[in-house]
Amino acid sequence: MVKEIERAGLPVVHVCTVTPISLTVGANRIVPAIAIPHPLGNPSLPADEEKELRRRLVKKALHALETPVDGQKVFED
Amino acid sequence: MAKIRVIHYINQFFAQIGGEEKADYPVEFRDGEKVGPGLALSAGFGDEAEIVGTIICGDSFFNEHIDEASAQIIDILKEHKPDLFVAGPAFNAGRYGVACATICAKVQEELHIPVLTAMYVENPGVDLYKKDIYIVPTKNSAAGMKDAVKKMVPLALKLAKGEKIGASCEDNYINQGVRVNFFEDKPGAARAVDMLLKKIAGKPYTTEYPMPSFDRVDPNPPVTDLAHAKVALVTSGGIVPKGNPDHIESSNASKFGEYDITGVDDLTADTYETAHGGYDPTYANEDADRVLPVDVMREFEKEGLIGSLHNKYYATVGNGTAVASAKKFGEEIAKRLKADGVDAVILTST
Repeated sequence: MVKEIERAGLPVVHVCTVTPISLTVGANRIVPAIAIPHPLGNPSLPADEEKELRRRLVKKALHALETPVDGQKVFED
Repeated sequence: MAKIRVIHYINQFFAQIGGEEKADYPVEFRDGEKVGPGLALSAGFGDEAEIVGTIICGDSFFNEHIDEASAQIIDILKEHKPDLFVAGPAFNAGRYGVACATICAKVQEELHIPVLTAMYVENPGVDLYKKDIYIVPTKNSAAGMKDAVKKMVPLALKLAKGEKIGASCEDNYINQGVRVNFFEDKPGAARAVDMLLKKIAGKPYTTEYPMPSFDRVDPNPPVTDLAHAKVALVTSGGIVPKGNPDHIESSNASKFGEYDITGVDDLTADTYETAHGGYDPTYANEDADRVLPVDVMREFEKEGLIGSLHNKYYATVGNGTAVASAKKFGEEIAKRLKADGVDAVILTST
């Protein structure tokens, strides 16, 4: 799906936990997530900290969308 | 033992009748003749088999008159009773490949004689009939003729003699997707370690589970003005309104959903859930923002970090979903996003 959205001309960032799959499939902008059942959250954290974590991840995803890339790039910390 | 009687099918080009301008050349049978690639095949067959005739047909003629051309060819075969029918090799010629594969499948079905063709793996004839017939993989141009013939001859002879055909990698044909159970000498763990050691040492090894091959798409230029951009959320994590109104399947999804989130600032356990099988849904059901971050996107919208969050999101279930389905969903979702003036997409996966 990421690739078809990209092919249609929309910049897209893939936020996912299993980055090797994303790389194999061919996403270009990739942001590693937390865990498979809660990619953008962490239930073991208090609610406010979890929200802050999610804000950081989504900011990182938005930053990836603003970043020029010339191939596949995993946006690590 | 009598020689195996082979009838060979080729197109107008390999019969040296002409190129595209002769592609509407009708079915012709040359009794007792070997033509073009038939000469190389015949040399390969040696004393074991003999090409007793060649059928020539233009590629456009065949594809535009499939039923008529097939019926004529089958009549010729009924009259001349070959033990084996060989078509091609077609390399990467699309209509020729489709013709070779189609006529082989029809001959096999109607006359119950062994058939064989050969072409490049990406020839559209492959996907159409690889499950039904044996297709030898070739290079993508006629420069690979010698190699193609070398692989076709032994498989053709085996088929004609009714010998047992081995795995696709042993007998050189395109994988038909058939699995055969057998006992390995070494257990899986030992084989995996052997493979790993070879990989570390940089030596060649053969995987037992080849991954499907994927194409690549060039990245789009970045978003230049995020503060005025409309950003959409898409997920393969199965986040749906509570009750899963579109009945998206928990595995091997056949559809995606489009959901309006106008006025929704937070996904809660009462309003949203996941339809996704294969992972523990507890955390997503408690708070679907953990998969589809609507809450923080709304905050960023208010803070002016992004122009706006698109008022619709798209979701499907990635669990065991066929690549072909995902591709179709992606195309359709992209079309709708573009029609709605979306500038960028965040796609989340579990």
